[in-house]
Amino acid sequence: MNLFEISYKTISEIKGSLLFVKEVFRAKLGEIVKIVFPDGSTGFGEVLKIDKDVALIQVYSNVSGLSTSAEVFFMDDVIKMPLSLQIINRIFSSSLKPLDGMDMFMAEKFMTITGYPINPIQRAAPADFIETGISTIDGLNTLVKGQKLPIFSCAGLPAKEIVRFILKNAKIKDSFRFCIIFVAIGLSFFDYSHYMDTIKSMNTPFVAFVNLSDSPTIERLLAPRYGLCVAEYLAFEHQFDVLVVMSDMTNYCDALREISTAREELPGRRGYPGYMYSDLASLYERAGRIREKSGSITILPVLTMPEDDITHPIPDLTGYITEGQIVLSRELHQKGIFPPVDVLPSLSRLMNRGIGAGKTHPEHRHIASNLYRLYSKGIELRKLEQIAGREGMPEKEQKIIDFAERFERIFVNQQERRDIDTTLKIGLSLLEQFQL
Amino acid sequence: MKKGIIEGIWGHIIVSSQRDVKIGDRVLAGSANLSGEVLRVSSDRSVIMIYEDPRGLGVSEEIIFFDKPISIKLGHGVISSITDGLQRPLNYFKKECGDFIKPVKSLIEFEPQEKEIYFQPLKKSGDLVQAGEAIGFTEEKGFKIYVFSDKSGRLERIKSKISFDEPLAYTEEGEEIFPYIDWNIKLPRPFKRKIVPHEPIITGQRIIDFLFPIPLGGTVIFPGGFGTGKTVLQQTIAKFARVDLVIYVGCGERGNEMAELIEDFEKLTDPWTGKPLLERTIMIVNTSNMPVAAREGSIYTAITLAEYYRDCGLNVLLIADSISRWAEALREISSSLEEMPGDEGYPTYLNSRIASFFERAGVVETLNGSVGSITLLISVSPPGGDLTEPVTQSALRVAGAFIFLDKELAQKRFFPAINYMLSYSLYENELAWGLKKYFGEDYFMLKNFVFQILREEDKLREIIEVVGYENLQDKDRLTMDFAELIKFKFLAQNSFTKDAFSPPEDTIKKIKKIKDLYEEAAILLSSGAAFFEVKKVYESF
Repeated sequence: MNLFEISYKTISEIKGSLLFVKEVFRAKLGEIVKIVFPDGSTGFGEVLKIDKDVALIQVYSNVSGLSTSAEVFFMDDVIKMPLSLQIINRIFSSSLKPLDGMDMFMAEKFMTITGYPINPIQRAAPADFIETGISTIDGLNTLVKGQKLPIFSCAGLPAKEIVRFILKNAKIKDSFRFCIIFVAIGLSFFDYSHYMDTIKSMNTPFVAFVNLSDSPTIERLLAPRYGLCVAEYLAFEHQFDVLVVMSDMTNYCDALREISTAREELPGRRGYPGYMYSDLASLYERAGRIREKSGSITILPVLTMPEDDITHPIPDLTGYITEGQIVLSRELHQKGIFPPVDVLPSLSRLMNRGIGAGKTHPEHRHIASNLYRLYSKGIELRKLEQIAGREGMPEKEQKIIDFAERFERIFVNQQERRDIDTTLKIGLSLLEQFQL
Repeated sequence: MKKGIIEGIWGHIIVSSQRDVKIGDRVLAGSANLSGEVLRVSSDRSVIMIYEDPRGLGVSEEIIFFDKPISIKLGHGVISSITDGLQRPLNYFKKECGDFIKPVKSLIEFEPQEKEIYFQPLKKSGDLVQAGEAIGFTEEKGFKIYVFSDKSGRLERIKSKISFDEPLAYTEEGEEIFPYIDWNIKLPRPFKRKIVPHEPIITGQRIIDFLFPIPLGGTVIFPGGFGTGKTVLQQTIAKFARVDLVIYVGCGERGNEMAELIEDFEKLTDPWTGKPLLERTIMIVNTSNMPVAAREGSIYTAITLAEYYRDCGLNVLLIADSISRWAEALREISSSLEEMPGDEGYPTYLNSRIASFFERAGVVETLNGSVGSITLLISVSPPGGDLTEPVTQSALRVAGAFIFLDKELAQKRFFPAINYMLSYSLYENELAWGLKKYFGEDYFMLKNFVFQILREEDKLREIIEVVGYENLQDKDRLTMDFAELIKFKFLAQNSFTKDAFSPPEDTIKKIKKIKDLYEEAAILLSSGAAFFEVKKVYESF
C-alpha cells in the first residue's frame, strides 16, 4: 500500500488538531496521512474534507511542535487494524502500541476499523445466556449473546469495581471460545493501575485497548473501533463469543464533542454534535449474531451520567440504541451495598431470549418477576412509610417493606461471584421466607 | 447520462464541476460507484449527497449523472420484499457481499423474482386510456395488483404476460406502456378526491381500539422515551391490525429488533385471513448504523409504495419507527449543506416536510374509482422524553391521534405503557358509527364508565397522599380497586402471550363484565355490606 505514497510540504494552516494542506493531488476522504514533524518525530492523521486541491486533515497525534514546514505523506489507504489470533491476551495503547512489554504481533490480515453494518436479514436475533456473576444482572436483567446492555453509573459510584468484577467473572457455559475485549477510554493512571492488576489475573482470554486521559483526544474515538474491529474478526472469522466492555463512554462522547467543536460543526443539545446518535449507533450496532455462524459480539458499555441525570444526551441516546440498561443507585451505594444496582429502572429487553429451561432454569422468569414485583411494591410502601409512619400500616405491608430491605441486603449485595443457580436459589429462598 | 469530475468531498457531500444536471438526479460516484442524488446546482458546480459511506472516495474520480430522479419501482412482486431505504433488496447485498452491507458496484434497482407474470388486461386494443388509468391487473398474494398507464391514447396492442423490462402495451402513437412505474418518491401519487375517514382500524390493542380509536386513513404518533415500548407496540400492531397490507419502516433503529421482527413474521399468520404474515408485509430497513442519507429516503419510499397499493384499492398501514431518526438524518444533511439552522439545529423546513408527509395519508377515491386508504402509525423518540422538542411538536400539529407512552407506567411494567390521561384521538366523532358496529350500542356508555373511574382514581390518589388509604371511604376504595382492575386486567396487554391480540368481541365482553361486577359491588355496598364481603364479588376476576 505504500506504492502510492506521495509527500507534501505545503501545509498552509494549523488550527488546533486540524491541518490544511495545499496543492494536494487526488486525496481521498478518510485517507491516512503520516506527518513528519520538524524534529523528525512522526504522527498520523486522516483526511476529513477535500476542496479541490486543499485537504483538511484531522491530526490524531499530539500537535505540539508541529509547524508548516512539517512533511505530510498521503498513504492511499483508510485506517486499518492489523489482525491475527496472536492478538489474544495482549494489551495495547490507543495508538496501537503494545503496553505489555512484548513485541507487536505479525498481522495475518487488515480490516477497516469502522467495519460495515451487518445486513439486517443476515442477523440472528440475540439468544443464550452470558453469566456475569452478578445476581442483579444474571437473575433480573439477564445479558444475552449479541445484546448491547450499558451500565449507567454516576460520579463516585463503583462502576470501576463492577467492570473489574465482570472482567474477572464473566463466563459462558459450554463455550470454549469466549473472549473479553476491554476498551478503556480516558483512563487516569490511578484507574489504569487497578485495571492492569485485574487484566493480568484474568483466566478468560482477553484483548485490552487502553486510552489514557493524557493521550490525544482523538484517540478516544479510535480505541472502541479498534476493539470492535478485533471483536468482529474473532467472532465472525474465528467463532468466538466476544464480550466487549467499554468504559467510560462519557469520555468518548466528550471527545466527540471536543472534536466536533474544533471542526466548527453545528452543536446540538448541550453542545454535543447532532450526529452523536448515529455515531454511537455505529459502535453499539456492531453487537450481534449472524445467521448460521456461531460467533457473537455482546457489548457492555459503561457510562457516567453527568449530574446523575438520565435525560442527559449521553445516557439518553445510549438508551435509545441499546437493549436495556443497568442503572446504579447512589442510595444503595451509601447503604454499603455492592454492586449498587437499582433494580427498578434497570431492564434487559432481551432477557426472555436467554433464560428458561435448557438455558438457565425453567422457573427463572417466574422468580425474577416475583422478586421485581415485590421489591417495587416495597419501595413504593417505603416512601409511604416515611410520610405516614410504620405504625399505621397493615401487617402485610410492613412485611413487604421488610422484604425490600432483605432483598437489598441478601440478593443485591454480594462480594463473591455467584453462578446462576446460586442467584436463583437465593431469590427463591427469599420469596419462600416471606410467603407474600 | 452525463459525466463529471469530483472536486470536493466532506461528510456525505460531493461537489462536482458538472452543472448541466437537474435537482434530484441520481448519480454514481467514484470507482466504488456510490449512489447519490443532486441537491444543488449553481452556475459553476453541482452539489451531490451520497447515500453511502464515502470513505475512500477521492477527488478527480469520475461521477456519472443519470437523467432521472431517485425513484422506485411500483408493480407486481414487491409484497414480502425486504429492502433498504432506496428499495434495494437486502437479498441482493447478501448475494454480492455476504453478511455485511458494503457499497456495491451498480445502481441496484428492484427486480421481481418471477421472470414472467400472468396479466389480466382490462383494456383491449382500440380502447382509449387515460394516464393514471388501470389497463389490467396481476394477482399477487391474493391481491389484485394493477398496472396503471402513464400515457394517454388509443391502445394498439396489449399483452397478457408481463416481462420485467419489456413494454406491456403500445399506443397508436407508438408510445410504450411499461408494467412497472418508476415513481419519484418525493412526489405524491394523484387521486380523484379525499374522503373523511370513518371506519375504525382494529389493532387488537384494547387501550387503542377502545379508548383512543384510530380510523383507516388516520395518522397517529407514538412519542415516548427509551424503554417505553414504542417498538414492541408498533410491531404488535403490525402483526394483528385489520388491514390488507402493512409497510414497516425500521428507520434508524436497532438491527436486533429487525432480526426479531423478521424471525417472528416468518412464523406468524395474519389473524384475520390466516395467511402467512409475510404475505401482507413489506419491510424497509435502515438500521441506525446504515448510511444516514438513505435513512432520509426510507420514509418516502414507504409512503410511495403505500400510495401505490392504496391506488390498487387496498387499506395500507404504514408503520415507521422512528420519525425522530429521520429528522436527525435531515438535520445532518442540512448541516453539511451549511444551511441556516432552526430549533435545536433542525432545518427550518422540518415542519413543512413533516406536514406534507402526513398529508400523504388518508382515505381516497382513486383515479380508478375504487377506495383505498393509508394509515400512518409513527413513533417519535423525543430526547430525554421531553415532548417540547421540535420533532414531537411538528408531528403533534398534524397528527390526528396522540398516544403518549409514559416512562413511569413502563417502569411499573404496565404495557402498553400508554398514558390514558394525556393521550387523545381526534377521530371519535367520525368513528361513532363504526365503533358501534364493532363494540355495540353501549360503546360510549362503557367508555364513559372507564374514563370516569380512571379520573376519580386520579383524584383519589392525591387525597390518599394526604389522609392515607386507611381513611378512605368504602365507596372510594371500591373505585380504587376497579381502577386497578381496569388498568391491569383491561388496558394492559402482554405482547408476548396469547393476550397480545384482543378481537373487538373479546374487548367488549371484558369491559362489560367489569362494569357488571362494579354495579353488583356498588349495590351490595349501598345495602350496607362490609367491604371485605363486597370485595368477594370481583376478587377472582
